[in-house]
Amino acid sequence: MKVRTETLLWLAQRLSAMVLVVGAIVHVSTNIYAVRGGLTAAEIIDRVHGSTAWLAFYLVFAAVAAIHGPLGLRTVLNEMTPVRGRAADLVALVLGVGILWLGWRAAFGLFG
Amino acid sequence: MAKPVARRNCRNHSNYWAFAVHRISGVVLVLYLPVHFYVIGLAIKSEAALQSFFSLAENPLVRLAETILIITFVIHVTGGLRLLLIEFLAWRDWQKTVIAVSGGISLAVGLVFLFNVF
Repeated sequence: MKVRTETLLWLAQRLSAMVLVVGAIVHVSTNIYAVRGGLTAAEIIDRVHGSTAWLAFYLVFAAVAAIHGPLGLRTVLNEMTPVRGRAADLVALVLGVGILWLGWRAAFGLFG
Repeated sequence: MAKPVARRNCRNHSNYWAFAVHRISGVVLVLYLPVHFYVIGLAIKSEAALQSFFSLAENPLVRLAETILIITFVIHVTGGLRLLLIEFLAWRDWQKTVIAVSGGISLAVGLVFLFNVF
C-alpha cells in the first residue's frame, strides 16, 4: 500500500474519530434519558419519526462509524493477525459497506 | 551481553494498558455495530418487532450487559480523545492523568446509566 494512501486512511480515521466524539456524547446522553422508566420502541420512534434533524444526525453518525470502525479493524488485522494486506482491505471494505447499509436502513426506518 | 527485556516488563506500563484497552474495546464495538443497527432496523417492519426485542432488556442481566457495553463505548471514546491529544498536540507530561480521567469518566457514565436503567 502506498504511503500516501495509508496517510489519507490514517487522516480519515482521525477526522471520523473527532466527529464520533461529538456524536457519542449526544448518543449516550439520549440513551441514558431514553432508558428512564423502561426502553420502549414507541418512545424512540416518537422522537425520530418525521424529524429531519434526528435523521441527519443518525445518517452522519452511522456514516462516520462505517468509516472509523472498519479502518480500525483493518489496522488491528494488519498488525496482529495473519489477515494482512489485500485480505485486510477486503474485510474492512465489506464491513464498512455493511455497517453503512444497516445503519442508514435503521435511520430511515425510524424516520418512517 | 544484556539480558533480553522480559515481555511482561514492556507491558507493565499504563500507556501499554491504555493501548490494549483501546484495541479490545474497538474490536468489540465494531463487531457489535452491525448487530445494533440490525436490531434498530427492525423498526422498518413494525414497532412491535422492535418492542419485542426491547422486552429482553427487562432482564437484569441484559441491563447489566448494556451497562458494560456503554462503559466499553465511553472508554473507547475517552481513550480515543487521549490518542487525538497525543497525536495532534505537543508532548506533555499529563499522559497518565489522561488515562486516569478516561477511566474515571467511563465508570461515571456507566454508573449514571445503571442508576437510570434500573
